[in-house]
Amino acid sequence: MAELGAPAGALRAYWALLRAQARGQASYRASFAVDLVSNVGATALDLVTVLVLFGVTRTLGGFDLRAALVVNALAACAFAVADLLVGNIERIKLYVRTGLFDAVLVRPLRALPQLLLMDLPVRKLSRAAFGVAVYLVVLAAADLAWTPARVALAVVAPVAAVLFFGSVFVVTASVAFWWTDSGEVGNAFTYGGRDFTSYPVSIYSGWFRALFAYGLGFAFVAYHPALALLGMADPIGLPSWVGWAAPLVALPACAAAAAVWRLGLRHYTSTGS
Amino acid sequence: MVISAVGLRKEFTVRVKAGRLRRVKRTVAAVDGVDIAVARGEMVGYIGPNGAGKSTTLKMLTGVLTPSGGEVSVCGLSPVRQRTTLARRIGVVFGQRSQLWWDLPLRESFTLLRHVYRVPPAEHAARLRTCRSLLDLDPFLDTPVRQLSLGQRMRGELTAALLHGPEVLFLDEPTIGLDVVSRQAVRGFLSALGATGDVTLVLTTHDLADIEKLCKRLLVIDHGRVVHDGTIEALHARYGSRRRVVVELDGPLEAPPEVPGASLAAAEPGRLAYDLETATVGDVLTRLPGALLRDVAIVEPDIEDVVARLYTEPPAATTPAGHGGLGAATGAP
Repeated sequence: MAELGAPAGALRAYWALLRAQARGQASYRASFAVDLVSNVGATALDLVTVLVLFGVTRTLGGFDLRAALVVNALAACAFAVADLLVGNIERIKLYVRTGLFDAVLVRPLRALPQLLLMDLPVRKLSRAAFGVAVYLVVLAAADLAWTPARVALAVVAPVAAVLFFGSVFVVTASVAFWWTDSGEVGNAFTYGGRDFTSYPVSIYSGWFRALFAYGLGFAFVAYHPALALLGMADPIGLPSWVGWAAPLVALPACAAAAAVWRLGLRHYTSTGS
Repeated sequence: MVISAVGLRKEFTVRVKAGRLRRVKRTVAAVDGVDIAVARGEMVGYIGPNGAGKSTTLKMLTGVLTPSGGEVSVCGLSPVRQRTTLARRIGVVFGQRSQLWWDLPLRESFTLLRHVYRVPPAEHAARLRTCRSLLDLDPFLDTPVRQLSLGQRMRGELTAALLHGPEVLFLDEPTIGLDVVSRQAVRGFLSALGATGDVTLVLTTHDLADIEKLCKRLLVIDHGRVVHDGTIEALHARYGSRRRVVVELDGPLEAPPEVPGASLAAAEPGRLAYDLETATVGDVLTRLPGALLRDVAIVEPDIEDVVARLYTEPPAATTPAGHGGLGAATGAP
């Protein structure tokens, strides 16, 4: 039963949800302002960590400060944006446990976008904006040999990284459909993934690197694209085209996230009464 | 048929403690082969004890839960696969879950729902106007939902479920926790809504007065199975509920007279009670000495008694032949 103009109507519906959400948050002005400031602080602190590290060493996994900052800024900026757009999906735990998810499912809208818009954390906007600004400054300061391909990669890589982190958020949150009291386990992959991604993969080793970097694909989020942007050879020894192809991992990541989410929905058991 | 379900099942896996650390997985059928057919404009009461599977059935009909087995269609759609299409054609009131936005005034929730359901402004305004007058919403239309009383909120929920003009309205315990006045308001509103014949109503409740006031048809579920599907009268007939004639007399009788087709239920000096089987009230009265008659009362059978009996009797005696939960443990989570 396809309807004419259905996508536009749906968009208007989502837009209305978003406006309602913003209005709800605006009623708590003081805490909103505090959140805006503290969120910037958190990202700034990540950056300071890198600077402190390079206070004690000249290179980190074959990366000098300039190169390490590209990796860090790319990861931080993408994570902050993904956290803004998708991060609040972790509240699904609450919805599933209390059965409030029922109310989401009886509305004529897709469940995932509804959830994202219903609690979009506008206060995380500052963090995302700061992340993007740092990324731009680091790129400008990194003294890259710009080519049209590099410009394209500099734009595509963070977008793909946002999709990748977003997928990780969705997959880890979907665990709640099977395991209601999943607690903080998901954070190992979301925040853990961000921390892993923020440093050159070459500093890790063994099974840990194999699992996180290549098994789960975190190496393709910031590390390999940064190598391509910087024109550096991979200290681990992968060919240079990997960096250019890295953004493509976002596609299987999104597909996997969609599949897990859909499976989770089917598995949703609601609560009594 | 607006609603049709054949052999509808829902199983849950529960982990049962077995020993100090070990837990055993067990499959429990909350809904165990339910058949439902509801025609357009019907008002159906869906009742059963706690944990019988009422809410689970409703959630499968609305696309919230995926059935473990069986066929189900609502408005000709498959509830889970076509959930968002179906959602626009049904209204749902879960008494214990709000559809409204907690921090926003009631009025704004309604406006939001207009966008969510994509209702043309004129239609929306007309329906809201009707609800405002019938449910008396105006005094609290600008109050944030979190500050509403339960009765006010429920009136808001009913409005929210109706603003998009649903063909079917599912109500899960719409009167739970309400005071007498609010309960009557909700009941009166639903009764008027059902009388229009445009909306099919399915409601679960523990309050049998809801059923008596609203529903001609009654579906009783127990242990995940339908144990009665029919009118309230049919339920009474099946369980031998009888009308009772209570007669007050001015003086004592030596022996209460025999009445064919009625049985003597109580005999006290000055007061007799007969349960009617085939006899009429007139049959009883003609057998009594008219000079002694002071007062006559006719007591209708109490549905609470029948249903209480239905819940406590073993389901095997009352289950219609058909699906048995093959290999599944019955019981409710």
